[in-house]
Amino acid sequence: MEQAIYAELPEEGRSEIEDLFNEMRKEFKGRPEELIPMLQRAQRRLGFLPEQAMLEIARITRLSAARVFGTATFYAQFRFQPVGKYIVRVCRGTACHVKGSDRLLETIVGYLHAVPGQMTPDGLFTIETVACFGSCALAPVMVINDSVYGSLNRSRALKLLGEIRNSFPLPKLASLP
Amino acid sequence: MDFSLIRERAEKNWKALETLKQPLIQVGMGTCGKAAGADEVYATAKQTLKQMNLLGRILQVGCIGTCYLEPIMAVRKPGGPFIYYGNLTAKRAEEILLSYLKNDNPRPDWAVCFRGEGPVDGIPRFEDLPMIKPQVRIALRNCGIIDPENIEHYIARGGYGGLARALRMDPEEVAREIKDSGLRGRGGAGFPTGMKWEFARKAPGRMKYIICNADEGDPGAFMDRSLLEGDPHSVLEGMLIGAYAIGCNEGYIYIRAEYPLAIKRLETALIQMEECGLLGRSILGSRFGFEIHIKEGAGAFVCGEETALMASIAGGRGMPCSRPPFPAVKGLWGNPTNINNVETLANVSAILTKGAKWFAGFGTEKSKGTKTFALAGKVERTGLIEVPMGIRLKEIILEIGGGVAKGKKVKAVQTGGPSGGCIPADLFDLPVDYESLTAAGSIMGSGGMVVMDEETCMVDIPRYFLSFTAEESCGKCIPCRLGTRQMLDILNEICEGKGTPEDLDILKEVSETVQKGSLCGLGQTAPNPVQTTLRYFLTEYEAHILRKRCEAGVCKPLFHYEIDPETCNGCGVCSTKCSVEAITGEKKKPHSIEQEKCTKCGACYEACKFQAIRIC
Ligand SMILES: Cc1cc2nc3c(=O)[nH]c(=O)nc-3n(C[C@H](O)[C@H](O)[C@H](O)COP(=O)(O)O)c2cc1C
Ligand code: SF4
Ligand code: SF4
Ligand code: FES
Ligand code: FES
Repeated sequence: MEQAIYAELPEEGRSEIEDLFNEMRKEFKGRPEELIPMLQRAQRRLGFLPEQAMLEIARITRLSAARVFGTATFYAQFRFQPVGKYIVRVCRGTACHVKGSDRLLETIVGYLHAVPGQMTPDGLFTIETVACFGSCALAPVMVINDSVYGSLNRSRALKLLGEIRNSFPLPKLASLP
Repeated sequence: MDFSLIRERAEKNWKALETLKQPLIQVGMGTCGKAAGADEVYATAKQTLKQMNLLGRILQVGCIGTCYLEPIMAVRKPGGPFIYYGNLTAKRAEEILLSYLKNDNPRPDWAVCFRGEGPVDGIPRFEDLPMIKPQVRIALRNCGIIDPENIEHYIARGGYGGLARALRMDPEEVAREIKDSGLRGRGGAGFPTGMKWEFARKAPGRMKYIICNADEGDPGAFMDRSLLEGDPHSVLEGMLIGAYAIGCNEGYIYIRAEYPLAIKRLETALIQMEECGLLGRSILGSRFGFEIHIKEGAGAFVCGEETALMASIAGGRGMPCSRPPFPAVKGLWGNPTNINNVETLANVSAILTKGAKWFAGFGTEKSKGTKTFALAGKVERTGLIEVPMGIRLKEIILEIGGGVAKGKKVKAVQTGGPSGGCIPADLFDLPVDYESLTAAGSIMGSGGMVVMDEETCMVDIPRYFLSFTAEESCGKCIPCRLGTRQMLDILNEICEGKGTPEDLDILKEVSETVQKGSLCGLGQTAPNPVQTTLRYFLTEYEAHILRKRCEAGVCKPLFHYEIDPETCNGCGVCSTKCSVEAITGEKKKPHSIEQEKCTKCGACYEACKFQAIRIC
């Protein structure tokens, strides 16, 4: 599926971005070494880095837009597309790999109908993979937002996701393509 | 406040805790403890004490090392030892507390061990557990024993005594002490730490920096996270000692953003250090001043490499540059910079407290001291371990780790992550030291140790690592950027059953080119997983290429599942697990798999309790 690389923030998010930058102008001096912390701060608040946010950071730091976009795209942490309410991150580290995380991921992808990096059409989930969460002793590991789940198997993972999905009444499976 | 007063107060409070007249409960609350359900156990403990009308204290501690038992709770009655319980649920935790605290029955049937004054009937001593016995805990000396968010605990156990001693010595003497201890960098390369400090100390420049490398990018490693979560001050003290020896007043901790709890504990630790006069202009009343900044990484493995790390701190793309000039001469913003790994620094504080000679008493001639490992993968007892250098691999895997889970056969162990290699089981007599592991084609690495069994495919493993390094290559060097991709493509073909015998020659050739033609360690070591598997597991490559077979049952086009009619008793569990309805059969009669429908997801294989489903 072809997608534009960078997304704009929807209309209703405009005031949020203004608030954010008012705060950031106070917190940061605009030095070049603050670039990554500023990107992190923006993403933490907005869930992803919309084009406007990166351009604004370029203005504050007086760096070229190319430098800001170039740096942001270098790091795996930054996203340029909006994310679902729940970010499901599946560990693809070595310990998790030998304990079958590829099959776990396959199952989750099949259940949510989205591939890593993609948001489900109902806006509820985004699947991501991560190199390692550092909880390898409990492999395989999955993180949903900030909660870490270890020693997973397929049925437990699906149960967790199912519970979340069922707690939202409206967008049900039926609305999916 | 004077440090001796701070220490006195810390010791007094620690003593009060040790002689507490009420029950004391410890819950392991590292990231993995929490992942396993420690929060619930903590809440239950609190509630149960209240319910029994008991005053008592509950402490959050770091990892004691037996990660496979998480969540873990230790309970101490006044005057008694700590009794440890593992794999807890909220319900079990409550039952234990009621039984022990009310009826004085410590439930030996549920207990794992005790720590402290014993003996306790029917419960083994912590130090005698097969997992713990071969270990020597230096870097991890406080992990799982103290509250990492309370600086007084650290100080009461001798913490910052090493710094106090260092400040009474000349900086040169401090560097020499580390040199004499034989400590080598624990971040992977094993460069002598004292020597590195001397270079940075001698380098001309007014502004100098020390950086703690907490990027821990090796997928499958968690020693540094556990150490920072369990005992942040041991690392911070080491950093201060290093700064004093080098003559610098500013330091950075570069830590990966995937470790939020470690970051939080560091932030708490820094605030407490400031309150105790351990940061700022005049540390412990001396003329030495120091400040520390925390920098969060943003998810790039290559940023663990020194020059890339510094480029990242400076706010750019984390791309390595060629060395020399070495960071010790020209590092962060062009100034002399010393970079040390988390574990290296935790050893530094221990060495300054107990002396170089004591430290050098552990380990082998060229590899002194101990090394922590994150023991994971297909091993019975996963954990955070620390062993004296020179210990044999089999002691780690078979004794500490208890061998491979589920009675399967152990095949290999992987050390050093994407930069390391796979060592086959018949070489498990190998001693763990820098030179021996390198000679076997692997590396010591930072401490990831992933055990593999007969169901791990040794062609899939290098393929997995290459997919990682190809993704993480920063793209600066052509051999690394294209070579990792080409090796990956070839390995993908082999795993799909499209490999040819010539592929093996090309793999060898490309791997040598990438090794020789890359600028940084990422590229130079990326071929190691390929080379070691070619060296030790050539027959598996051949089976994939010539017989189109993956005996481990990993590469989907090269195997299928079959149900053995002799063993199958028709319980039907497998068919309930199959999402594509590929399994048919009447109840109580042997089932069978329709191969055309089967997606080889493996769900039935995992579910069958009678091992009736075979990899063919
Ligand atoms: C690609 C790459 C990744 C690295 N990742 C880490 C890391 O995550 N942690 C670490 O301490 N060292 C890492 N290193 C090693 C560091 O470059 C450096 O040698 C080390 O931090 C020095 O500290 P030490 O002397 O205390 O070991 C990495 C090296 C390379 C080439
Ligand atoms: S070896 Fe690879 S990761 Fe290292 S600098 Fe070259 S291209 Fe970048
Ligand atoms: S491997 Fe998966 S798809 Fe195939 S029969 Fe078993 S459960 Fe069904
Ligand atoms: S390998 Fe999955 S948490 Fe480390
Ligand atoms: S339980 Fe977390 S590292 Fe051991």
